[in-house]
Amino acid sequence: MSEEEKPKKLAIIASKGTLDEAYPPLILASTAVALDMEVAIFFTFYGLDIINKKKYHRLKVPPLGNPAMPIPVPNFIGGLPGMTAMATKMMRNWMGNANVPTVPELVEICMESGVRMIACQMTVDVLGLNKEDFIEGVEFGGAATFLEFAKDADITLYI
Amino acid sequence: MVEPKEVLDTSGLNCPMPVLKAKKAIKSLNVGDVLKIIATDPGSKKDIPAWTRVTGQELLEEKEEDGKFVFLVKKAK
Repeated sequence: MSEEEKPKKLAIIASKGTLDEAYPPLILASTAVALDMEVAIFFTFYGLDIINKKKYHRLKVPPLGNPAMPIPVPNFIGGLPGMTAMATKMMRNWMGNANVPTVPELVEICMESGVRMIACQMTVDVLGLNKEDFIEGVEFGGAATFLEFAKDADITLYI
Repeated sequence: MVEPKEVLDTSGLNCPMPVLKAKKAIKSLNVGDVLKIIATDPGSKKDIPAWTRVTGQELLEEKEEDGKFVFLVKKAK
Protein backbone atom coordinates (compact mmCIF):
# COMPACT_ATOMS: atom_id res chain seq x y z
CA MET A 1 0.00 0.00 0.00
CA SER A 2 1.40 3.39 -0.93
CA GLU A 3 2.04 5.89 1.84
CA GLU A 4 -0.70 8.29 0.81
CA GLU A 5 -3.33 5.59 0.43
CA LYS A 6 -5.51 5.33 3.52
CA PRO A 7 -6.14 1.85 4.87
CA LYS A 8 -9.63 0.45 4.46
CA LYS A 9 -11.69 0.36 7.64
CA LEU A 10 -13.99 -2.32 9.06
CA ALA A 11 -16.39 -1.43 11.86
CA ILE A 12 -18.27 -4.21 13.66
CA ILE A 13 -20.95 -4.18 16.34
CA ALA A 14 -20.95 -7.45 18.31
CA SER A 15 -24.20 -7.77 20.23
CA LYS A 16 -24.52 -11.51 20.81
CA GLY A 17 -22.96 -13.67 23.50
CA THR A 18 -23.42 -17.21 22.25
CA LEU A 19 -20.46 -19.33 21.17
CA ASP A 20 -21.51 -19.42 17.51
CA GLU A 21 -22.16 -15.69 17.32
CA ALA A 22 -18.85 -14.83 18.96
CA TYR A 23 -16.87 -16.22 16.04
CA PRO A 24 -17.91 -14.04 13.07
CA PRO A 25 -16.79 -10.69 14.56
CA LEU A 26 -13.48 -12.15 15.79
CA ILE A 27 -12.65 -14.04 12.59
CA LEU A 28 -13.56 -11.11 10.36
CA ALA A 29 -11.64 -8.65 12.52
CA SER A 30 -8.44 -10.69 12.70
CA THR A 31 -8.57 -11.49 8.98
CA ALA A 32 -9.23 -7.86 8.09
CA VAL A 33 -6.02 -6.88 9.89
CA ALA A 34 -4.19 -9.49 7.80
CA LEU A 35 -5.69 -7.72 4.78
CA ASP A 36 -4.12 -4.43 5.94
CA MET A 37 -7.40 -3.00 7.22
CA GLU A 38 -8.07 -0.96 10.34
CA VAL A 39 -10.66 -2.58 12.56
CA ALA A 40 -12.81 -1.68 15.55
CA ILE A 41 -15.34 -3.90 17.30
CA PHE A 42 -17.98 -2.35 19.52
CA PHE A 43 -19.15 -4.91 22.07
CA THR A 44 -22.60 -4.22 23.43
CA PHE A 45 -25.20 -6.07 25.53
CA TYR A 46 -24.53 -9.84 25.40
CA GLY A 47 -21.63 -9.25 23.03
CA LEU A 48 -19.74 -8.02 26.10
CA ASP A 49 -19.34 -11.67 27.15
CA ILE A 50 -16.90 -12.15 24.27
CA ILE A 51 -14.36 -9.93 26.06
CA ASN A 52 -15.44 -10.74 29.62
CA LYS A 53 -12.50 -12.68 31.03
CA LYS A 54 -14.73 -14.53 33.50
CA LYS A 55 -17.04 -15.72 30.74
CA TYR A 56 -15.38 -15.79 27.35
CA HIS A 57 -13.92 -19.27 27.74
CA ARG A 58 -17.34 -20.76 28.42
CA LEU A 59 -19.75 -19.25 25.91
CA LYS A 60 -22.60 -21.58 25.02
CA VAL A 61 -24.75 -22.73 22.12
CA PRO A 62 -28.47 -23.02 22.92
CA PRO A 63 -30.29 -25.89 21.16
CA LEU A 64 -33.66 -24.35 22.11
CA GLY A 65 -35.30 -22.59 19.18
CA ASN A 66 -32.31 -23.46 17.01
CA PRO A 67 -33.49 -25.55 14.06
CA ALA A 68 -30.03 -25.41 12.48
CA MET A 69 -28.23 -27.59 15.02
CA PRO A 70 -26.26 -30.22 13.06
CA ILE A 71 -28.05 -32.86 15.13
CA PRO A 72 -31.63 -31.54 15.28
CA VAL A 73 -33.02 -31.25 18.81
CA PRO A 74 -36.81 -30.86 19.21
CA ASN A 75 -37.66 -27.78 21.26
CA PHE A 76 -39.40 -29.71 24.03
CA ILE A 77 -36.14 -31.59 24.56
CA GLY A 78 -33.87 -28.62 23.91
CA GLY A 79 -35.54 -26.84 26.82
CA LEU A 80 -34.62 -29.51 29.35
CA PRO A 81 -31.89 -28.81 31.91
CA GLY A 82 -28.46 -29.79 30.65
CA MET A 83 -29.30 -29.61 26.97
CA THR A 84 -27.48 -26.33 26.39
CA ALA A 85 -24.39 -27.76 28.06
CA MET A 86 -24.61 -30.85 25.89
CA ALA A 87 -25.03 -28.92 22.65
CA THR A 88 -22.14 -26.67 23.64
CA LYS A 89 -19.91 -29.63 24.35
CA MET A 90 -20.68 -31.13 20.95
CA MET A 91 -19.99 -27.86 19.18
CA ARG A 92 -16.68 -27.43 21.02
CA ASN A 93 -15.63 -30.95 20.04
CA TRP A 94 -16.34 -30.31 16.38
CA MET A 95 -14.50 -27.03 16.43
CA GLY A 96 -11.59 -28.53 18.33
CA ASN A 97 -11.34 -31.35 15.78
CA ALA A 98 -11.29 -28.77 12.99
CA ASN A 99 -8.47 -26.89 14.75
CA VAL A 100 -10.50 -23.71 14.97
CA PRO A 101 -8.98 -21.40 17.61
CA THR A 102 -10.97 -20.86 20.80
CA VAL A 103 -12.73 -17.57 21.52
CA PRO A 104 -10.05 -16.48 24.05
CA GLU A 105 -7.35 -17.31 21.49
CA LEU A 106 -9.06 -15.25 18.80
CA VAL A 107 -9.62 -12.36 21.20
CA GLU A 108 -5.90 -12.40 21.97
CA ILE A 109 -5.03 -12.47 18.26
CA CYS A 110 -7.32 -9.48 17.68
CA MET A 111 -5.80 -7.58 20.60
CA GLU A 112 -2.22 -8.29 19.54
CA SER A 113 -2.87 -7.32 15.95
CA GLY A 114 -4.24 -3.94 16.91
CA VAL A 115 -8.00 -4.34 16.59
CA ARG A 116 -9.70 -1.66 18.68
CA MET A 117 -11.89 -3.50 21.17
CA ILE A 118 -14.48 -1.10 22.52
CA ALA A 119 -16.82 -2.11 25.35
CA CYS A 120 -20.11 -0.21 25.36
CA GLN A 121 -19.95 1.75 28.62
CA MET A 122 -23.72 2.06 28.95
CA THR A 123 -24.38 -1.69 28.75
CA VAL A 124 -21.39 -2.40 31.01
CA ASP A 125 -23.17 -0.28 33.63
CA VAL A 126 -26.64 -1.69 32.92
CA LEU A 127 -25.39 -5.28 33.31
CA GLY A 128 -23.65 -4.41 36.57
CA LEU A 129 -20.17 -5.07 35.23
CA ASN A 130 -16.97 -3.15 35.81
CA LYS A 131 -13.61 -2.69 34.13
CA GLU A 132 -12.02 -5.54 36.09
CA ASP A 133 -14.38 -8.01 34.41
CA PHE A 134 -12.77 -7.41 31.03
CA ILE A 135 -9.55 -8.47 29.40
CA GLU A 136 -6.56 -6.16 29.33
CA GLY A 137 -6.56 -3.51 26.64
CA VAL A 138 -10.30 -3.03 26.18
CA GLU A 139 -11.45 0.56 25.61
CA PHE A 140 -14.63 1.84 27.18
CA GLY A 141 -16.79 4.18 25.19
CA GLY A 142 -20.25 4.95 23.95
CA ALA A 143 -22.11 5.27 20.69
CA ALA A 144 -20.18 8.39 19.69
CA THR A 145 -16.84 6.60 20.15
CA PHE A 146 -17.92 3.85 17.77
CA LEU A 147 -19.55 6.21 15.27
CA GLU A 148 -16.47 8.40 15.10
CA PHE A 149 -14.57 5.34 13.84
CA ALA A 150 -17.46 3.98 11.74
CA LYS A 151 -18.42 7.23 10.01
CA ASP A 152 -15.88 6.71 7.25
CA ALA A 153 -15.62 2.93 7.47
CA ASP A 154 -15.68 0.99 4.21
CA ILE A 155 -17.54 -1.92 5.80
CA THR A 156 -19.87 -1.79 8.79
CA LEU A 157 -21.42 -4.92 10.23
CA TYR A 158 -23.96 -5.56 12.94
CA ILE A 159 -23.67 -9.05 14.36
CA MET B 1 11.33 -23.38 -10.29
CA VAL B 2 11.33 -20.52 -7.80
CA GLU B 3 13.20 -21.21 -4.58
CA PRO B 4 11.14 -20.11 -1.58
CA LYS B 5 12.92 -18.19 1.14
CA GLU B 6 10.57 -19.60 3.72
CA VAL B 7 8.01 -22.41 3.94
CA LEU B 8 4.85 -21.96 5.97
CA ASP B 9 2.98 -25.18 6.67
CA THR B 10 -0.56 -24.55 7.92
CA SER B 11 -1.68 -28.16 7.51
CA GLY B 12 -4.56 -29.02 9.84
CA LEU B 13 -5.47 -25.39 10.48
CA ASN B 14 -8.70 -23.82 9.34
CA CYS B 15 -10.05 -20.34 8.73
CA PRO B 16 -8.87 -17.80 9.74
CA MET B 17 -5.45 -19.20 10.69
CA PRO B 18 -3.79 -19.82 7.28
CA VAL B 19 -4.29 -16.19 6.23
CA LEU B 20 -3.22 -14.83 9.64
CA LYS B 21 -0.07 -16.95 9.59
CA ALA B 22 0.67 -16.00 5.98
CA LYS B 23 0.46 -12.34 6.92
CA LYS B 24 2.82 -12.86 9.84
CA ALA B 25 5.27 -14.84 7.72
CA ILE B 26 5.43 -12.36 4.88
CA LYS B 27 6.08 -9.51 7.30
CA SER B 28 9.45 -10.99 8.23
CA LEU B 29 10.59 -11.34 4.60
CA ASN B 30 12.22 -8.81 2.29
CA VAL B 31 10.69 -7.48 -0.90
CA GLY B 32 11.38 -9.98 -3.67
CA ASP B 33 11.49 -12.99 -1.32
CA VAL B 34 9.16 -15.89 -2.04
CA LEU B 35 7.00 -17.53 0.61
CA LYS B 36 5.71 -21.04 0.09
CA ILE B 37 2.41 -21.70 1.85
CA ILE B 38 1.06 -25.20 2.38
CA ALA B 39 -2.56 -25.59 3.50
CA THR B 40 -5.14 -28.31 3.94
CA ASP B 41 -8.08 -25.96 4.57
CA PRO B 42 -10.19 -26.10 1.38
CA GLY B 43 -11.22 -22.48 2.06
CA SER B 44 -7.60 -21.39 1.67
CA LYS B 45 -7.84 -22.22 -2.02
CA LYS B 46 -9.77 -19.00 -2.47
CA ASP B 47 -8.66 -17.16 0.67
CA ILE B 48 -4.91 -17.09 0.05
CA PRO B 49 -5.29 -15.66 -3.51
CA ALA B 50 -7.82 -13.11 -2.14
CA TRP B 51 -5.34 -12.12 0.56
CA THR B 52 -2.58 -11.60 -2.02
CA ARG B 53 -4.86 -9.44 -4.19
CA VAL B 54 -6.04 -7.25 -1.34
CA THR B 55 -2.60 -6.77 0.16
CA GLY B 56 -0.85 -6.34 -3.19
CA GLN B 57 1.42 -9.39 -2.95
CA GLU B 58 2.22 -11.42 -6.03
CA LEU B 59 0.80 -14.93 -6.34
CA LEU B 60 3.31 -16.78 -8.50
CA GLU B 61 1.78 -20.21 -8.38
CA GLU B 62 -1.05 -22.21 -6.88
CA LYS B 63 -1.38 -25.96 -7.14
CA GLU B 64 -2.61 -29.08 -5.42
CA GLU B 65 0.01 -31.55 -4.26
CA ASP B 66 -0.82 -34.78 -2.46
CA GLY B 67 -4.21 -33.41 -1.47
CA LYS B 68 -2.69 -30.20 -0.09
CA PHE B 69 -2.89 -26.69 -1.45
CA VAL B 70 0.44 -25.09 -2.22
CA PHE B 71 0.98 -21.42 -2.98
CA LEU B 72 4.05 -19.45 -3.94
CA VAL B 73 3.75 -15.80 -2.97
CA LYS B 74 6.35 -13.19 -3.84
CA LYS B 75 6.59 -10.28 -1.46
CA ALA B 76 5.92 -7.28 -3.70
CA LYS B 77 6.03 -4.60 -1.02
